[in-house]
Amino acid sequence: MADVTMRIWRGDASGGDFENYSVEQNEGEVVLDVIHRIQATEAPDLACRWNCKAGKCGSCAAEINGKPRLMCMTRMDQLPEGPVTVTPMKTFPIIRDLVTDVSFNFEQAKKVPALMPPPMPEGGYIMFQEDVERGQEFRKCIECFMCQDVCHVIRDHEANKLHYSGPRFFIRYAELEMHPLDMNDRRDLVREEMGLGYCNITKCCTEVCPEHIKITDNAIIPLKERVVDAHYDPVAWLGRKIRRKTKTSAADAAVQPAP
Amino acid sequence: MAVTESSTNVVLGGTRGGPDVATLRQDRWWLQPVVTVSVLTAFVIYSTWAAFQNKYYYVGANVHRDLISPFYSPCLASNCVPGSKAGFAFSGWALSPALLILIFPLGFRLTCYYYRRSYYRAFWWSPPACAVSDAHASYTGETRFPLIMQNLHRYFFFAGLIFNTLLTYDAIRAFHQPGLGWGVTVGTIVLLVNAALLWLYSLSCHACRHLCGGQVKSFSKHPIRYRFWKFLTPLNAKHMNFAWASLIFVALTDVYVRLVASGVFSDYKIF
Amino acid sequence: MTSSYEHHDYDVLIIGAGGAGLRAAIEAKQRGLKVGIITKSLLGKAHTVMAEGGMAAAMGNVSAEDNWQVHFRDTMRGGKFLNNNRMAELHAKESPDRVRELEQWGALFDRTKEGKILQRDFGGHRYARLAHVGDRTGLELIRTLQQKVVSMDTDVFMECKVLKLVHDENGRIAGCVAYWRPTGEFVTFSAKAIILATGGAGKSWKFTSNSWEGTGDGHAMALWAGAQLIDMECIQFHPTGMVWPLSVRGLLVTEGVRGDGGVLRNSEGQRFMFNYVAPMFRDETAESEEEGDKWYDDHAAGRRPPELLPRDEVARAINSEVKAGRGTPHGGVYLDIASRRTPEFIRRRLPSMYHQFMELAGVDITSEPMEIGPTCHYIMGGVKVDADSAATLVPGLFAAGECAGGMHGANRLGGNSLSDLVVFGRRAGMGAADYIESGQAATSLDMSEVEEAVQEALAPFDRTEGENPYDIQRDLQEMMQLNVGIIRTAGEIEDAITQLETFTDRVKNIAVKGGRAYNPGWNLATDLPAMLTVCKTVARGASLRKESRGGHTREDFPKADPEFAKFNFAHTTSGGNWDSEIVTVESPLLPMPDELKALLEETK
Repeated sequence: MADVTMRIWRGDASGGDFENYSVEQNEGEVVLDVIHRIQATEAPDLACRWNCKAGKCGSCAAEINGKPRLMCMTRMDQLPEGPVTVTPMKTFPIIRDLVTDVSFNFEQAKKVPALMPPPMPEGGYIMFQEDVERGQEFRKCIECFMCQDVCHVIRDHEANKLHYSGPRFFIRYAELEMHPLDMNDRRDLVREEMGLGYCNITKCCTEVCPEHIKITDNAIIPLKERVVDAHYDPVAWLGRKIRRKTKTSAADAAVQPAP
Repeated sequence: MAVTESSTNVVLGGTRGGPDVATLRQDRWWLQPVVTVSVLTAFVIYSTWAAFQNKYYYVGANVHRDLISPFYSPCLASNCVPGSKAGFAFSGWALSPALLILIFPLGFRLTCYYYRRSYYRAFWWSPPACAVSDAHASYTGETRFPLIMQNLHRYFFFAGLIFNTLLTYDAIRAFHQPGLGWGVTVGTIVLLVNAALLWLYSLSCHACRHLCGGQVKSFSKHPIRYRFWKFLTPLNAKHMNFAWASLIFVALTDVYVRLVASGVFSDYKIF
Repeated sequence: MTSSYEHHDYDVLIIGAGGAGLRAAIEAKQRGLKVGIITKSLLGKAHTVMAEGGMAAAMGNVSAEDNWQVHFRDTMRGGKFLNNNRMAELHAKESPDRVRELEQWGALFDRTKEGKILQRDFGGHRYARLAHVGDRTGLELIRTLQQKVVSMDTDVFMECKVLKLVHDENGRIAGCVAYWRPTGEFVTFSAKAIILATGGAGKSWKFTSNSWEGTGDGHAMALWAGAQLIDMECIQFHPTGMVWPLSVRGLLVTEGVRGDGGVLRNSEGQRFMFNYVAPMFRDETAESEEEGDKWYDDHAAGRRPPELLPRDEVARAINSEVKAGRGTPHGGVYLDIASRRTPEFIRRRLPSMYHQFMELAGVDITSEPMEIGPTCHYIMGGVKVDADSAATLVPGLFAAGECAGGMHGANRLGGNSLSDLVVFGRRAGMGAADYIESGQAATSLDMSEVEEAVQEALAPFDRTEGENPYDIQRDLQEMMQLNVGIIRTAGEIEDAITQLETFTDRVKNIAVKGGRAYNPGWNLATDLPAMLTVCKTVARGASLRKESRGGHTREDFPKADPEFAKFNFAHTTSGGNWDSEIVTVESPLLPMPDELKALLEETK
């Protein structure tokens, strides 16, 4: 089949530039196939991170023609005619070629207060499908970190990385806050330390999510509303006060953090 | 290096890869902001003009109709044209009565999660489109005044509900044509559709979805709120569509009333 | 420590961050030990994420009749009785608790109407037994364990490739030598105990569902360090992997397609499976298409269609059709559900398959047949371990998960791998902790072993003229697919054994371009020795096992031979290097206690 020109950014922290490769392209191939062909022939040292090649592990995120995409799920024949530009994710420090240092995300993961369920009853917890469905959507996340990459809060403003955990972790916080067994309250934390207020809901995270998770509508906005409940809503605050009073019962008292 | 030893420090200032350009996108990413700017600007210009005009907002008993423009309802000033007045009126208000009330629907739309997305992108360019550089050097999002006020969205939502109720009342009232009795005119349908779209816009609101059910941790323990939430969720997915449809239609409703009131044409009676 | 390498010191070091490695880390951490995890990839990317169906655990939430005894029996029968019966017993007994504890750590399984964990039916399991989350159970498992490990503040070394295990002067495991993929710098680790949890070895075959990581590092390193590998000839080829387009070659097509009515046809449009029903399955298999079709609606109205025969039977039949020239243009057969079910049905029952084919192949499975063929999926063989402690024969070395052998015998049942990971991951953590507490652990690294490994790893940079590692990998995959694939004969296996010696020479002549920082060519060069070691043991086992059993099929010995059901073939190496000679012995199976024997006899 026809050859295609791949315009791939090559370099490391000391600098880099585009390099053009003219490669064979076969029917049905994805960008990652063509990258692998370049590795096997012209450039065995072309750095690229990948694992499952089936859209399930989220390792091969890069920017294709300027947009964050999984290389394994982007078909060559669906890209416009002409050279295909491939660059590393812009938000994270470069390691080499298409590989970036995504440790920012692993650092954020450490800050998440874990699930705090009550002790497990004999035979396991009882939860219903409607209780777990919201969380299950967020747990589809494959941690490709493209939402983090595209988010302008840190993509265009490096300093915000200090106080902004990003969309991937907002869905994690949302999942925990919507967990039927959880007894933690992370609303102050997401407002004060995780920078929920920095998100201006421009929805790029949702646009790039390969798992089609409705990050903004189903996680970030509900989190923002929960913060409003806690901080900006006197009615809800009052309601909570009253309810808490009436609910300090044996059931509440019995609830203890898991070992 | 991707070591994750015990520290939880984020290190700033790493060198980034790729060329230092605003975007490498080759598609027409600018189209959406252009459309948003055009439509919103046109609406703002028209609605400002219409709000300040202070006439042609009511079609009354003289032509056997009871049609009021949504920009002027409820008409709360003593200078409202005869027949348009709501039960309560401020005396001594000399400006257009529209100015008394428009802050509420305006506030609702301004703090709406969907419109925020649109105008932050199209007007403030923060960012203009995904993977296109932010136009500003620094960024604090919605953490400070004035944008921290966006958190007041739910109060505007409550106000919006009152307006929706009043506009629905207006629409129903319009079906009773003074001197002619109950009947359907083009104007009644316009008012009814307008009220319906505003309800859809309000009910599909994110704050509404949260307050009706989204805020609970366990749906199985709150079956009724779960039902509300389940009903609202598909509407919420169409919030954008309702936002645009209701925005455009509210202006068209005003245009229609205005044209009838100014005598350009008369409101056609269907039956 | 005299060397200039970066060095780290741990009580327990775990190599591999899939389900087994992470579960082992949690256990060791809970025992108060200092734990480090090393992974070749980023945390959370391990091959565990590819598991779809679920994890088998006899909780009895859906079928109240289910219990560990039935699960044990199913596992042993599925494994054609080559299993380590103690492992199968522990697995059946402990997996329900392992599933439940995942919920305590945040997993969200699908629910029954009563609010319990939902379980689904699967091939070989008598009752609905697989706890699952839609078709992404593996992802749920790894994410849950990953989040638990992170919340326990465990050190994780990502994109760090271990080259070799290092002993102390007494032959105990004392640590390992590795390099950072991002920089290419070497790093040494001291550890009182090492747990191998490196997963599978399927990357040495051309059509495979395994990622680049499945190079059998743990298998090979254990062998080099003095441990034994057993059952290496038993490799599961899943009958339905995608074959076209190139981009998805080997990618799995779930068994659910056939369960929901999909049938296999050759290029002449014939439902060929009716011609491949072995005598032992005739009584329970439909004789005509009409009869088979009735079964889907009412299991009592007809017998099972032959498309639902065990995986090895189906894979073998597809292979024969393609060899006879009745394959598709890309060397597979057609899996057709489009002509048999409505588009709505297909989209509802098989959403991820629908999207997989739509997005990757541009094939609408509601209107066109899929092209599929067998794909290398799982290696039953692995490091020989003690069932209770996961200890290998080398003091201080433990193994769990796919890289450990024995649990699945000659053939693994679907759903048993995820539960295997957590049951034996935990036991490995316990075993390592007990070993350390017993006070026999090593204290010093034999630096000569470190130096040797480093020199070997760097050698390809010194050669200006030499082979491209990618060429060797491609040739190896083609050779193994052809000679030690699904159907094996003495001639082809002997040919493979000879060729593998040639490959050894070729690997010694690799030259790599570029620097050491994130150089995939070099990374591959460091994977190839392990791949070759694994291939050699597979070929040797395949040559010696002159019978067909589970994941090992000999065309020249098509029947199972009871004499071969008494032992495993166990491989060791004399020299401790990747090119050292491999020695193979017959290692008798663990004697089965009478009470377990009774369980097997009940259903015979």
